[in-house]
Amino acid sequence: MAKSIKIRAKSKGGITTVKALITHPMETGLRKNKKTGKLIPAHFIQEVVCKHNGKPVINCEWGGSVSKNPYLAFKFKGGKKDDSIELSWKDNMGKSDSITAKIR
Amino acid sequence: MSLNQKRRVFLKGSVAAGTLGAAAGLLTPGAVLAAWNKNAFTAKGIDEAIAAADGSPTTTPSKDITIKAPDIAENGAVVPVSVATKMDGVDSITLLVEKNSTPLSAVFHLPKGTLPDVSTRVKMGKTGDVIAVVKANGKLYSARKSVKVTIGGCGG
Repeated sequence: MAKSIKIRAKSKGGITTVKALITHPMETGLRKNKKTGKLIPAHFIQEVVCKHNGKPVINCEWGGSVSKNPYLAFKFKGGKKDDSIELSWKDNMGKSDSITAKIR
Repeated sequence: MSLNQKRRVFLKGSVAAGTLGAAAGLLTPGAVLAAWNKNAFTAKGIDEAIAAADGSPTTTPSKDITIKAPDIAENGAVVPVSVATKMDGVDSITLLVEKNSTPLSAVFHLPKGTLPDVSTRVKMGKTGDVIAVVKANGKLYSARKSVKVTIGGCGG
């Protein structure tokens, strides 16, 4: 189910820029369902990790106040064309996903 | 207009509720990462959240931290925020939204070699400051930027 993540990594001048979009509802747990009046249970990504050739380059902890369908961009030194980039996330319901891409 | 207004009201409800309170009893995150810092993410106060996330509530304001965020955000549910700094030896960048009921939004741990320059999008309940705390060489530095949230539309 690696369809929840879109990732793009580009290397230029020794610095790699990684941009990722994750499809996720990011429910805070305090929103109400308008029809039933019941709270919508919290459902948000807690951890995101990105690895370059198996070595972590960023490690994020997120709360419910990160926007729906979260966006993440960061840069790291090193990385060249065709190196592998792996991004994975895990949410508070134990769901997770990951994707592997190549630096362009 | 009426449809638009409804949408605004809906957003207000959803965003103002920007808390993480339901963390109790949920599954513990996996072994890939360090455990998710529940105390920090459920803290209700700024100082409390910074202390839980970074070990100390005391931060030194720094001009070397750049927060890029809109001056006026029309939609509080999606506020793009970038934090960058020229400091060396940055271990982590913590992002907080002052007026949310649980201010801590995200913590980015940066291993050596990763540049202190991250971007994401956060939810904001109402007009207030976005706070960035940078941990560099064991010290905490902070910067803040005010973002006006015009939930009511029409320029607020």
